[in-house]
Amino acid sequence: MSQPPEALRRFTTAERWIHRTTAVLMGIALITAAFLYLPALAELVGRRRLLVTVHEWTGLLLPLPLLAGLAFRAVRADLRRLNRFNTHDRRWLSAALRYRTVPRPVPAGKFNAGQKLYAALVAGAVLVMLGTGLMMWFTHLAPLVWRTGATFVHDWLALVIAILVLGHIWMAAHDPEARRGMRTGWVARAWARREHPLWEKESPGGEPHP
Amino acid sequence: MGKDGSGAPVGRRVVLGMLGLGAAGVAAGGYLQNGLDNLLASVTAKDPTGLSGLLPGGQGFRFYSVADSIPHRSAADYRLTVDGLVDRPTTYTLERLQAMPRTRLVRDVQCVTGWRVPHYAFTGVRLADLLAAVGVRPEAKALRFTCFDGVYSESLTLDQAGRPDMLVAYEMDDKPVTAAHGGPVRLYAAPMYFYKSAKWLSGITLTDRVQPGYWEHYGYDVDAWVGRSNGRTDVPTS
Repeated sequence: MSQPPEALRRFTTAERWIHRTTAVLMGIALITAAFLYLPALAELVGRRRLLVTVHEWTGLLLPLPLLAGLAFRAVRADLRRLNRFNTHDRRWLSAALRYRTVPRPVPAGKFNAGQKLYAALVAGAVLVMLGTGLMMWFTHLAPLVWRTGATFVHDWLALVIAILVLGHIWMAAHDPEARRGMRTGWVARAWARREHPLWEKESPGGEPHP
Repeated sequence: MGKDGSGAPVGRRVVLGMLGLGAAGVAAGGYLQNGLDNLLASVTAKDPTGLSGLLPGGQGFRFYSVADSIPHRSAADYRLTVDGLVDRPTTYTLERLQAMPRTRLVRDVQCVTGWRVPHYAFTGVRLADLLAAVGVRPEAKALRFTCFDGVYSESLTLDQAGRPDMLVAYEMDDKPVTAAHGGPVRLYAAPMYFYKSAKWLSGITLTDRVQPGYWEHYGYDVDAWVGRSNGRTDVPTS
């Protein structure tokens, strides 16, 4: 594949398919949740038994793309980047929290600290939703007080996830080059230098350190 | 990977922290939801936008239907057929139901999924009065309810149906039952979880044994007493 020298490889095919399948499953889970939960939407479609079944199986499948992706070295490497927080991440976060007074940009690696936190929060949330969802699905698994608690956590965390995912889509909607990276796997070097300078420097063909 | 791939494993800590919070929420959620319900009820009462009604645990009815769409039937077209093991199979119009003795019940409504609407009025004909009018044959043991949504069904034993708090209801909150709430006529089984109160009631058939209804095929209890079934401990509604 001949790419212009000004392009950088950001995501492998496996990573993009993990993102795609996870996004579709998350979308179905959120939409069926809305139609089960919001009276105005529920009145539009009815079909409660079908919605519940689709929602349950979508939730069960949601972690699988990433689990299957662990077989790929590039996926494991990016998970390591997402997991680890270094000094530049702390600087990025504190600048983001004081964005009115601190001028941009603060250097970030392949993922900035906001993206790292988003990944961890969604991963944790999916696991909690899976656990509480299974308690609501198989009612004999847990005593009643736990099921009430599971419903409580599932309802409120669903609201948090919806806000997180909408924020994620909002950020992507404002960055065509980031979207291109997820769609094609490649991004422009100029974009990487601006948004993820520490990653751009370490990438093959990048300009040597000054 | 340079210093981008080194440093503290904050991501892992966040995931583990969320698992811990989730477990704590499951353990304490029952109590927290009660407190939040009270808080939300007072917020919703003063909220002109109605948005707070969308938060989990907000007061009020939620709409559940197993059918494809809301079935509509006008007051003039409505018919309720009572047949099976009865002496005089009869088809009732809404007008004829309304001409029978009226009963108004104010009770809490309790859904098996947890939500509860306090002090709600249902008005209609006692099931017992309707059964007396058609004459129940001695071999009849149970009632099967069918609905004009074409899907839903419910059941009661003859003893349960004879209770004074079992209604064929044509008013909720002193207004005609709306299509979304199961109008023009729905069942109201006050002492039981609300899935027993079949919407869009169109048929009552007397049978020689209980034929479990729609949700009961998916594991819900046939004898759905509030607080004494489905593994729940809600305060009884009637």
